[in-house]
Amino acid sequence: MTLELCIQYLLAGITYGSIYAIVAIGFNIIYNTTGIINFAQGEFVMLGAMTAISLQNWLPLPLAVAGAVAVTMLVGALVEICFIRWLDRPSVLRMIIITIGVSILLREAALHIWGDGVYALPYFTGNEVSSISVLGATISPQILWVIGTCAVIVITLNLFFKLTPVGQEMRACAANRTAAILCGIDTRNMVTLSFMLAAGIGALAGCVVSPITSSQYDGGTGLAIKGFTVAVLGGLGNSAAAVFAGLLLGIIEAFSVSVMPLAFQDAIAIAILLVILFVRPYGLFGDREAARLQEF
Amino acid sequence: MLKVRNIEAGYGKLRVLRRVSLHVAEGEIVTLIGANGAGKTTLLNTIAGLLPPRGGEIRLNGADITTATPQKIVRAGCSLVPEGRQVFAPLSVEENLILGAHVRRQQEGKRALTEIEHVYDLFPVLRERRTQLAGTLSGGEQQMLAIGRALMARPRLIMLDEPSTGLAPLVVKTIFGIISRLRDEGNTVLLVEQNARAALHIADRGYVIETGRIILQGPAEDLLANRDVQRAYLGHGPANE
Repeated sequence: MTLELCIQYLLAGITYGSIYAIVAIGFNIIYNTTGIINFAQGEFVMLGAMTAISLQNWLPLPLAVAGAVAVTMLVGALVEICFIRWLDRPSVLRMIIITIGVSILLREAALHIWGDGVYALPYFTGNEVSSISVLGATISPQILWVIGTCAVIVITLNLFFKLTPVGQEMRACAANRTAAILCGIDTRNMVTLSFMLAAGIGALAGCVVSPITSSQYDGGTGLAIKGFTVAVLGGLGNSAAAVFAGLLLGIIEAFSVSVMPLAFQDAIAIAILLVILFVRPYGLFGDREAARLQEF
Repeated sequence: MLKVRNIEAGYGKLRVLRRVSLHVAEGEIVTLIGANGAGKTTLLNTIAGLLPPRGGEIRLNGADITTATPQKIVRAGCSLVPEGRQVFAPLSVEENLILGAHVRRQQEGKRALTEIEHVYDLFPVLRERRTQLAGTLSGGEQQMLAIGRALMARPRLIMLDEPSTGLAPLVVKTIFGIISRLRDEGNTVLLVEQNARAALHIADRGYVIETGRIILQGPAEDLLANRDVQRAYLGHGPANE
């Protein structure tokens, strides 16, 4: 394998890895405040992309993306308010089933609104054929958008959780819900907020990746599986680990193309998920003790 | 300050509290002693609003808080330090304390955080460890942090659930010293303890709860001298004191 090809694969891996990481962070935010896996996370990604594609008919691209993020956050809040909030001490299993139901609901709603056509947002800069060369490899400028967005999301989230009072309250709610209630924090609002945050991040991910992968009403499922794999691989609830795990999975997938048929690419994620669940269910970076000291 | 009248509470079909009544006056330490499973924690959780009561009435400074949310009760000036030192383990000591001031911060803004110096004066070890993660503190330090966090809300009534559980005797002594000091500074304390002897020594009055009923109450000295209390809760006779 030549060096250029190697770099080409590496960059492709980092691109997809970034997307997986963003989706996984969405899983983690909700997991941390509620202890559940929100299986509708992939639908947030799809919804963001599809809404942006529709809005883009009337609005310039940046506004369309911002609008799509806002709309998806609203949907996220509605999902929580309609289906989760009024439950009195629901079991984890019940909440998981609810999120699966919500994901089917959102997917079918999208099918009614947009049909089963395949759409895509235009490239943020340049077009399909424009390219820039990095260390001898040729990549689309959109890839830089994807990687940049991932980096910005991770940094902003970290600052939000560390420095803002609301961020601290969300971490407190995640760390110990009873204690948070006893401090007078309204934990139910924190849960709504976490759904909005996860939905917004998912939508943003959907928008930046749409020019590369295209979007369709059922496009969220695949990303959700990858994102879930990454979240588990890193250790649920740990977003820094999710970034590393995302890049790892992305790069493994990219390089796998050189040794096995492309059709098997998606199987890799599933295989890794199974192995991790059997061998280290607490993730690469989690250990049973530290699981209780977990951070976003 | 606090008046609890004929409170009934339980979980599912289980009736834990049966017509429990007690009151706490301003500036006193009242202790509630009893065996495991007698309903001590349930009573505190009910007062704090974590568990909705099935009957009876709870008044704080004259206001009815029987069905109020935990948030409202904290805002009304009643904070609970829960059993088992429930600190925010992955957050720093200082962040834990800042979160304790949450309700006052909503009203007073940053001024609410000045209380932190008072807490650091009360617990100098917390000042030393302000940047450390709460989960890495020792048991005694975590208990201090939990108390300090509750104090950040500047409660008029502070309820402590088993603050001495699982702590070394020397640490227990420190914690009880702090509780006395809280009273001397004008706070009101409702203390639930299994360590009945230590609790009664610092308390003004006491209640004894058995299987969900208050079976005995009175000034702390009287309870310490009471034969039944000695036999059931103080372990040894007075000769061993």
